[in-house]
Amino acid sequence: MRIKQLLIGMTATVIAVSSYVEMAIADLKFPMLVYRTGAYAPNGIPNADGFVDYYKMINARDGGIGGEKIFHPECETGYKTQVGVECYEKNKKDAMVFQPMSTGITYQLIPKATADGVSIYSTGYGRTSAANGKVFKWVFNAPVTYWDGASIAVRHILKQNLGNIKGKKIALVYHNSAYGKEPIRTLETLAKKHGYKLMLLPVDHPGQEQKATWLKIRKARPNYVLMWGWGVMNQVAIKSAASIKFPMENFIGIWWSGSENDVLPAGQGAHGYKSLTFNAPGSNYQVHADIKKYVHDKGEASGDGSHFGTVLYNRGLFQAMVQVEAATVAQKIHGTSKITPAMYRDGFENINLTAKRLEELGFKDFAPPFKITCENHGGSGLAAVQQWDAKTKKWNMITEYMYGDSDVVQKLIAEDSSKYAAEQKIAERCN
Amino acid sequence: MIYKETGQYKSSYKSDHAIFPLLQDKIAFSTLMFVAFLIIPFVINSYWEKAILVPFLIFSLAAIGLNILTGYCGQVSLGTGGFMAVGAFSTYKIMTYFPDMNIMIIILISGLITAAVGIIFGLPSLRIKGFYLAVATLASQFFLVWLFNKVPWFYNYSDTGQITVSERTMFGIPVTGAEAPSYATYLFCLVLVVVLSFAAKNLIRSKMGRSWMAIRDMDIAAEIIGVPPLKTKLSAFAISSFYIGVAGALYFAVFLGAIEVTESFDIMTISFPVLFMIIIGGLGSMLGSFLGAAFVVTLPIGLKFLMVDMVGLSAVTAKHFEITIWGLLMIVFLIVEPHGLARLWSIAKEKLRRWPFPY
Repeated sequence: MRIKQLLIGMTATVIAVSSYVEMAIADLKFPMLVYRTGAYAPNGIPNADGFVDYYKMINARDGGIGGEKIFHPECETGYKTQVGVECYEKNKKDAMVFQPMSTGITYQLIPKATADGVSIYSTGYGRTSAANGKVFKWVFNAPVTYWDGASIAVRHILKQNLGNIKGKKIALVYHNSAYGKEPIRTLETLAKKHGYKLMLLPVDHPGQEQKATWLKIRKARPNYVLMWGWGVMNQVAIKSAASIKFPMENFIGIWWSGSENDVLPAGQGAHGYKSLTFNAPGSNYQVHADIKKYVHDKGEASGDGSHFGTVLYNRGLFQAMVQVEAATVAQKIHGTSKITPAMYRDGFENINLTAKRLEELGFKDFAPPFKITCENHGGSGLAAVQQWDAKTKKWNMITEYMYGDSDVVQKLIAEDSSKYAAEQKIAERCN
Repeated sequence: MIYKETGQYKSSYKSDHAIFPLLQDKIAFSTLMFVAFLIIPFVINSYWEKAILVPFLIFSLAAIGLNILTGYCGQVSLGTGGFMAVGAFSTYKIMTYFPDMNIMIIILISGLITAAVGIIFGLPSLRIKGFYLAVATLASQFFLVWLFNKVPWFYNYSDTGQITVSERTMFGIPVTGAEAPSYATYLFCLVLVVVLSFAAKNLIRSKMGRSWMAIRDMDIAAEIIGVPPLKTKLSAFAISSFYIGVAGALYFAVFLGAIEVTESFDIMTISFPVLFMIIIGGLGSMLGSFLGAAFVVTLPIGLKFLMVDMVGLSAVTAKHFEITIWGLLMIVFLIVEPHGLARLWSIAKEKLRRWPFPY
C-alpha cells in the first residue's frame, strides 16, 4: 500500500513539474533574488522590503512604468550561489534586470547574463571592474564601487591626519570571500602611495567567530580599522571592538557594514562607529511619504513594515528607483512602453539622474546625482561618511560626498577588465 | 507477475554474472538510456539543465564516489567538499597552463590528482576507524578549503579568489562557459557518468570490491583470510576520490563556471548533502547513489515549485517550510527505511514479482 501511494505521489509530482509552463506576462518583469533566511537575513530582509515597497508604490501611484505594471517575483536564495543560479534560470525569461545582492552570485551570473542578454545591476557591490562598460556590456555597478570605497575611506583618514599617514597602521577586517577580498589590492596600492602599513584580517563565513581577529587587533594596536562585513559578521565585529575598547571613531565600515541592526546589538559601545554610505538615512523624503500613502497605509507593506526608513531599506528604495528609471529612459529612447530586455539595457546605459530628476522622483538630497554612459557603468564614485549616535539611535552624515582616488582606481579597473576581456575574448565597445 | 523471472534460464557464467540478469531490467535500463541519450537532449532547456539534470548527474557521481568509500569499504568520510575542491582547482590550473588540452582529458587528470590527494588523506584510516576517522576526514575538508583560499597560486593571483572557467569545446561544440548549449553540457556529464558508473559497478563486483566489503564487514577477519588492509583501504580512498574529483571538476567547469572555494565547497553545501544522498539513497548501492542524488537535488526545487508556483505562498514562507520538511523527512526516512530508497525499490520489486497475489 505504501509503495502504491508513493508511486502515485511521485507520478503526480512528475506530471505537475513537467506540465509547468511559464505564464506569459505582459508586465515588466523585475525578478528579485532575496534572502530572508540564513546568516545574512538580518540585512537581506530590510533591503528586500525596500525594493518591494517601491515597486508597489510605483504600481499604485503611477499605474506602473509608463502604464506597464511591474511584476516582481521573489526567489529566495539564502545567499547561496547554487540556489541563485536556479533562481536566475527560473526567472530569466523576459526579465529586465537581476539584482543578485551577493557578490558571489554576481560573479556567477555575469557570464550567463551576458550570454542571455539580461542586465545585471549590482549597486555598489559585485565585480568592481564591471564599471568598465567597454568590456562589461550587460553589467552595471553604479553609483560607486568597492575600490572607490576603499580609497574614500583612506581619504577620510588622510583628512583627519592633515594629509600625512606615513607609518600609521590600518587593519582591514574582511569577510573571507570574493566580496571581502575586493578592496585588498586598492588598499595595498594606496599603502605604497601614502606609506601606511596594511594589516589583513580575514573572517570566515558566517562571521560569528572573531575572537582571534580582535585579539590580534588588541596586540597590534592599529590606528584605524576598516571593515568589509555583511550579515551577522558586522554585529559581532562592532561588539568585539567595543569590548576591547577600540576607539569607535577610528573604526570605519563599508556601506554594507553600516545599518541599524549592525550597531544596535552593541548598545552604547557602538557610539561613534563610522561607515561609508551612498544614500542618506532617515524617512522624511517625498518617496517615503508616497510609500506611506500608497502602500503602508493600505496595509500592503512588505514584511512587517518595521524597517521603514532604515539604512538598508532606503538603499533598497534607491536600487529599485534606479532600476525603474532605466525602464523609463528605455521607454523614452525606443518610443514604446513595451520594452524588451535589450531595450532596457539601452535605457540603463543612458541613465542621467540629475539633481532635478532626483527631486522629481521624490529623492531630493537623498543621494548624489550620477550618470551612466557607454564607457562608465560605475556612476559617480561618490560616497560620504556617516556616524552612529547611540544616544539618539540615529545615523548622522558627517562629511560631504567625496570622490575616491580615481588615478589609482581607474588604473586598477582598466587592468582587471582587460584581463577579463582577454580571458573571455571580448572585444571592447564604445569606440 | 509483472516482474517475472520464471523461464529466464541462465546457461552460462556470463549470463549469470551480467549486471542486469533479468530481461525486465535490461528493457528498463535500455529504455532509460534511450530517453537519456536520444530524447532529453532534444527537449532540454536551460532551466532543466542548470537547475535539475546537470547537478543531478554531478552529485550522482560524487555520491558514487562516497558510496565506494563509505558504503562499500566502511570508511566514513566528511571530506567530500575538500576533495571536490581539489578536482575543481586542478581543472582550473591545468586549463590555464595548457589552453589547448581537451577538456575531457583535463577532467580525468583532475580526477587522478584528487585520487593522489585522497590516498594521502586516507593514510590515517589505517590506524583509526569510525567516528575518529570521520573527524580526521573533516580535518581534510577544512584544510583543503583553507589551502585553496590562502595560497594565491591556486587561483592565479586573482583579486577575489574566484576562479572562472573559460570556454572549451568537444567536437567543436562548447561544453564549458556561458555560451555552452544545454544539450552539450548535459550530454558531456551524462557520458562521463554512464561510463564511470559502469566502471564502478564492475569494480565493486571484482576482487577489489569484494575485499572492500570484507574490510567493511569485519576488518580483522578480512585481514586473517588474507585481505591486505593497507592496499584495500587506500585503493578505496583513491578510487572514491577519483570519482569525487571528477564530480568537482564538472561542478566547477560545466555547472557553475565561476567558483569561490569557501562558499561552493563548504561542508554544508557539499560534504553533508552528499553524505545524506548516500544515506537516503542506500549505503552500498549503486542505484542508491542515483536515487539519493535525485532526491536531494530535486526535493527543494519540487517543494518550492509546489508551494510557490502552485499554492502561491511567498518565497520566504516556502523556504521556512522547506527547511522544516527537509529535516522531518530525514528523520522519517531514518526511522521508516534505514536502508534507503534503494531498499524501497527492492521491496517494490518483490511485490511486483508476486503481484496481483499478496503472497
